Amino acid sequence: MQGKDSNRSGVTSFFTKLFRQQIFIPLAALVLLAVFNLIADPGFFKITLGYNSAGNPVLSGFLITILDSGSELAILAIGMTLVTAASGGQDISVGAAIAISGSVLLRVLCGTDPRPEQLQAPIIVAFLVSCLVAMLFGAFNGVLVAYFKIQPMIATLILYTAGRSIAAWINLNALPIVSEPSFTYFGEFIPGIPIPTPFFIAVACMIIIGLVLKFTNLRLYTQAVGINANSSRLNGLNPAFIKFISFVILGLCVAVVGLIKVSRISTINYSVIAKDIEMDAILAVALGGNPLGGGKFNMTASIIGAYVIQLLTTTLYKFNVQSDALPAYKAVVVIVLVVLSAPVVRDWISGLAKKSKVKGVA
Amino acid sequence: MKDGAAMKKDNAVLRMRNIHKSFPGVKALQGVDFTLREGEVHALMGENGAGKSTLIKVLTGVYTKDEGDIFLEGNEGAVSIRSPQEAQRLGISTVYQEITLCPNLSVAENMYIGRTRGPVQNWKKMNADTDKILQSLDIPAKASQQLASCSIAVQQMVAIARAVDMDCKVLILDEPTSSLDEQEVAKLFKLMRDLKAKGVGIIFVTHFLDQVYEICDRITVMRDGGLVGEFEIKDLPRVQLVSKMLGKELDDLSDIQGEYRTYDKREDEAPVLEAEGLVSDAGIKPFDFHISKGEVNGFTGLLGSGRSECVRAIFGADKVTGGTVKKNGKPVKISRPIDAMRNGIGYLPEDRKIDGIVGDLSVRDNIILAQQVLKGFFKPFSKAEANKFAEEYIKLLSIKTASADTPIKSLSGGNQQKVILARWLLTHPEYLILDEPTRGIDVGTKVDIQKLVLKLASEGMSVTFISSELDEMLRTCSRLIVMRDRKMVGELREEDLNQTKVMNTIAGGDK
Repeated sequence: MQGKDSNRSGVTSFFTKLFRQQIFIPLAALVLLAVFNLIADPGFFKITLGYNSAGNPVLSGFLITILDSGSELAILAIGMTLVTAASGGQDISVGAAIAISGSVLLRVLCGTDPRPEQLQAPIIVAFLVSCLVAMLFGAFNGVLVAYFKIQPMIATLILYTAGRSIAAWINLNALPIVSEPSFTYFGEFIPGIPIPTPFFIAVACMIIIGLVLKFTNLRLYTQAVGINANSSRLNGLNPAFIKFISFVILGLCVAVVGLIKVSRISTINYSVIAKDIEMDAILAVALGGNPLGGGKFNMTASIIGAYVIQLLTTTLYKFNVQSDALPAYKAVVVIVLVVLSAPVVRDWISGLAKKSKVKGVA
Repeated sequence: MKDGAAMKKDNAVLRMRNIHKSFPGVKALQGVDFTLREGEVHALMGENGAGKSTLIKVLTGVYTKDEGDIFLEGNEGAVSIRSPQEAQRLGISTVYQEITLCPNLSVAENMYIGRTRGPVQNWKKMNADTDKILQSLDIPAKASQQLASCSIAVQQMVAIARAVDMDCKVLILDEPTSSLDEQEVAKLFKLMRDLKAKGVGIIFVTHFLDQVYEICDRITVMRDGGLVGEFEIKDLPRVQLVSKMLGKELDDLSDIQGEYRTYDKREDEAPVLEAEGLVSDAGIKPFDFHISKGEVNGFTGLLGSGRSECVRAIFGADKVTGGTVKKNGKPVKISRPIDAMRNGIGYLPEDRKIDGIVGDLSVRDNIILAQQVLKGFFKPFSKAEANKFAEEYIKLLSIKTASADTPIKSLSGGNQQKVILARWLLTHPEYLILDEPTRGIDVGTKVDIQKLVLKLASEGMSVTFISSELDEMLRTCSRLIVMRDRKMVGELREEDLNQTKVMNTIAGGDK
């Protein structure tokens, strides 16, 4: 293989190699969308420093929006990548689970009074409780998939359907409002820091998953189980448990995003919060070139994929696409990107490149 | 035309002449002849890779033949069968081991599915017709019954009834009895005899010798893609059949006494592994087993005799349902593969693709997998360590791969097998089980693997070696455990280790 490569001209070889990299597609999409925006309206890249109502310095602009909202997606993409790799399916209950974990968070913070004068519990306690609950719901999905061998999409359909009702029930349909200003720090800005907090939270999550992947066998085990569960079992792994754990990890990601989402508005809207976010998270994984049928995965590609999805959404908003029509536009772009990142197409194109090279020599 | 005329003379319904079929790199069929007569049950026998299933697939239109002719009674000249539908139209029907009907439809719907024309269906007539057929064939089912509510045997019979009702002249039964109990087999055989009386020619593919001798009239034996011969059942005693299937002459002079590997009893020390009454859910009878330090033993028997199921039970790969296991004299509990691995057992599975390789992972990851799992989730090998192991074993076993990073699925079969072997050698097992390590790989690698087994044993490792090739077993094992019909039927050592004796034991109770 390598011998052949050296025979090719350096440039072709470089591009062929680059194209074969899984990370190429999300990166290329990122660059393409950026260039498009640059040509259409360079104002897209304008960032201004202003002050919010509390008098703190904040940056604003389309790029900041992408950094802000894309971070939620990036956090979810981490969990979704693991679920996809291990189980060969996707969790579609993520949005509903965010509603639940957000509702739990508010329930603990506010107690039974929807408008408390002061918080009934420290934010950290409320967050830990919401983590626990979200992981339990992840475990519920995990048990259905791993031990009852139900297709992931069907198994998570249960929570997808029931989740928002459960979320409303947790607060007896009330919409608690948190008046404590420090609660807004997680979804908005920490005073004095003009970059939105969700970005820092996402970076923290990336560092954690990076360390976990480096210092444990999570990657090897997950990939082995996703590629060949039979063989993994005969090598001493417990495929069901690994699938189960991937759903629990996604649950943890859900709780983190739940905190961000609720913190943004200091309250919750059960039917709207994190609506359709699961689709964007799945798209991020697909756009990252990860096979949706499980197996090998590239976490970095998924995370970049998440920001690309947000870039796309924001670009469409910028061009005043009606929010009703937004999904249709998004779908077109996504189809192109996903088809391009499909291994079949990648092999086909690199095959073409090879052929044209051979012809050129002859 | 000549064949057409000949067919009338000997009542043949099907005549296949000089069939050739090649796949890239493999000659699957080389000039095979096959003749099926009216109203006979004809056994098609052969070990792995003999070409039975390829021949059947050519006949049923799944594959197209490269060369040769197929003649069917009632057709002028050779027929061409290009698709399963065409085969069915010509009166060739197949019933597979796993039911290919729709379990959630009724028996009648299954009988007529895909055969009705027009948008309107006369349900009443369909049910009545079905009941009539079921009755005439004495099948204990009702037309309106849901298929899934019938036993597997009855489902199989329904599949046969469907075939018969489609006016089939040639009925192929591909291992129909593997999942049936004795009573169900008896029922199936009764149905087969009824059909025989009606003039249907039945091709019966099975691994069970007893059944062949109970129901069949003639036997065609294949080996390595070629025809060994066609025999009347009364002219071919069991042991002869076994010898033909394995390709070994009974009075082979090369089979000299004294060449066997001596069996070292070592009664003074406890066996490395000792099992008593071990039984799993894979349908084997309980068995006892023991192996000493540095011993190489083997399980032999025909395909489907239960030799793989035995070692899978030892390793905990199938669900163990009974029996005790002792490791170096101490009782241990092995219910999952990881338990076996922790007890120093390694297992190279029979089916490399399904149970062995992790296809998309690199050669390196495939090599370190088992050892890594043993080491633990929180202790991953560093890149340098993993590379060192990979390079070491790639060199030791001369694995041909572009690099340690290459996905294992792009390697050749033999090299994939070496990677799996490397995986287990890296765990330094006390006891290594090799189930068909030499299947589907080139001759050179086969010899390498046999040599390696003997070397490992001389270094004190205990090895169980299973191979379809008797030669290999005799060359490497000092003790052979013989399996027949999922039961342990004998143990051979020392001067009994010769082909004749082994084949006699495999064939069993020969008259």
